[in-house]
Amino acid sequence: MYVELSGINKSFGSFQAARDVSFVLAEGTLGALLGPSGSGKTTILRMIAGLESPDAGDIRVGGVRVNDVRPSQRGVGFVFQNYALFRYMTVFDNIAFGLRSQKAPKAKIQERVGELLALVNMEGLEKRYPGQLSGGQRQRVAFARALAPSPRLLLLDEPFAAIDAKVRRDLRSWLRGMIDRLRITSIFVTHDQAEAIEVADQIIITNGGRVEQTGTPLELYREPATPFVARFVGDSQVLEGYGRLVGFGGAPPDGQCAIRPEFISVCPPGEPVQYENSAEEAEVVSLAFRGSSLEVGLRVKEFALTAGYSLESGPLSVGDKVKILIFRVYAFQGEKVKLVNNDRLASLGNGYNFAI
Amino acid sequence: MAYVREERGWARLILITVSFLFVALMLILPLAQVLSKAFEHGIKPFWEAVSDEYSVKAARLSALTAILAVLLNTFFGIAAAWAITRFAFRGKGFLITIIDIPFAVSPVIAGLVFVMTFGRLGWAYPFLQEHDLKIIFATPGLVLATIFVTLPFVAREIIPVLAARGTDEEEAAVLMGAGLWRTFWKVTLPHIRWALLYGIILCSARAMGEFGAVSVVSGHLRGKTNTLPLHIEILFREYHTLQSFSVATILVIVAILILIARHVVERVGRKEAEYYVR
Repeated sequence: MYVELSGINKSFGSFQAARDVSFVLAEGTLGALLGPSGSGKTTILRMIAGLESPDAGDIRVGGVRVNDVRPSQRGVGFVFQNYALFRYMTVFDNIAFGLRSQKAPKAKIQERVGELLALVNMEGLEKRYPGQLSGGQRQRVAFARALAPSPRLLLLDEPFAAIDAKVRRDLRSWLRGMIDRLRITSIFVTHDQAEAIEVADQIIITNGGRVEQTGTPLELYREPATPFVARFVGDSQVLEGYGRLVGFGGAPPDGQCAIRPEFISVCPPGEPVQYENSAEEAEVVSLAFRGSSLEVGLRVKEFALTAGYSLESGPLSVGDKVKILIFRVYAFQGEKVKLVNNDRLASLGNGYNFAI
Repeated sequence: MAYVREERGWARLILITVSFLFVALMLILPLAQVLSKAFEHGIKPFWEAVSDEYSVKAARLSALTAILAVLLNTFFGIAAAWAITRFAFRGKGFLITIIDIPFAVSPVIAGLVFVMTFGRLGWAYPFLQEHDLKIIFATPGLVLATIFVTLPFVAREIIPVLAARGTDEEEAAVLMGAGLWRTFWKVTLPHIRWALLYGIILCSARAMGEFGAVSVVSGHLRGKTNTLPLHIEILFREYHTLQSFSVATILVIVAILILIARHVVERVGRKEAEYYVR
């Protein structure tokens, strides 16, 4: 394994930012440290870079323990959350900074900076100052600056947080493509699960300084291991006492579960209902347009649920009484999570029956 | 500030008039008085007073004290501001508070502090005697007293700038292998240069004009430990009014130059900030 953390602990005063953190990342893959703010993800990233030192535990990069290696000797490129570009230096000087610190010969600096400017599509802008660039351009300069000394590991702290939503999508796929092209092992920090799922090969979910679960995006989505992950990944809603829902009678009376919109099917009003006796009565309380589909707010018994609804299905309006089918839920069992199917729909299988 | 414009006309007029009258009465008139008194009998007596042996010596001593105090306080100010904004350490709040002491304490006390330490009654006196060192009633005492009263100026100007900026640019520099020195010159200094210059200017102004603290440690040895402000006071007390006002003119001119410099620094700094920092 290329990056390997084992038993990492770190406290700031009484605040414990990392508790027994361990995970591995294979060479050439893109890992995401995903978690809510304050979950310790940035601290972990900074410890890998050497900007913080762990109180206990080992950090290995390429098989070598780097705990006592100086940050600049770890071969790590770092993209800061707000890019931390040197505001009083031109784009060229920003990118050249690391090479100049290494006392690289002038001709080599010129060549390498030119290469990187071409790579990030910033040719002709090398005389600009960061203040004269757009958010996306700044990110590309930060990326080029981190890559200039040819690091073996690239770390990115919330690389898309400072960019407006419109450009963010483009930048995500741009970054993913760039990392694929360079085949550089990378780790980025994010609090946005959609971002992590879309971009990363491997996700490490952190919560309260602990690693909750690691796995591919699909694994995490399909098999959340803990209630936290079930809640955090997907547009999950948490229900208490879900045993009162039709088809889930086997649940404990105060049983908690997480349910995702795609687990619920809304039958268009007036159309014949399949599996009539497994269906649940619901009232439409809200409708919101979500581009390719509608988001339907539902009241089922005392529960408020959200489901998706195809624009191609029949008309639907607030106040309609509809039938819904709930296929499955993630039931919380202590610190574990179990996928529970609607027992009246057992013939439908286990859900997510696809392979990528 | 729309509501200011909507304010009734007379209120606006009165406030502006009062401000100008007050400034004219309290600042401009007395300063003009100094100049007019100095040149009462033309340029010749003025020049004689200013080029008098003791005046020149006092001016030199003032300049020397100011330069030394500003140099040391600049060094200290940068170090303290860096430490306060870049590191977490015990006693940080205490350090921030204590830097401001010279603002709160009367300069006379600043002078007395040094007299009590290095003077005849001070605990360090025997040691100084033994090594034939003289601090009180000598130039080192003047420099010490001036440093004391001007200590906060540089640090106070830089701390907010450094604090507002965060540490990530420096971290980026360190990660890319830059040493402390290179990081300071290339990354930190460009950010604080105008605030630093501004602090140095304020510090110089105060150092040149300091009277109270310096008066206590000076001993008023004419030609030896008299700075310009002290020299002016002595001339005045001895009824050499013309000479006194003439020498005072030097300080007034220095003050005006410092004001102009300050204004320029402020403007250029603001312009630059608009250009680079968005």
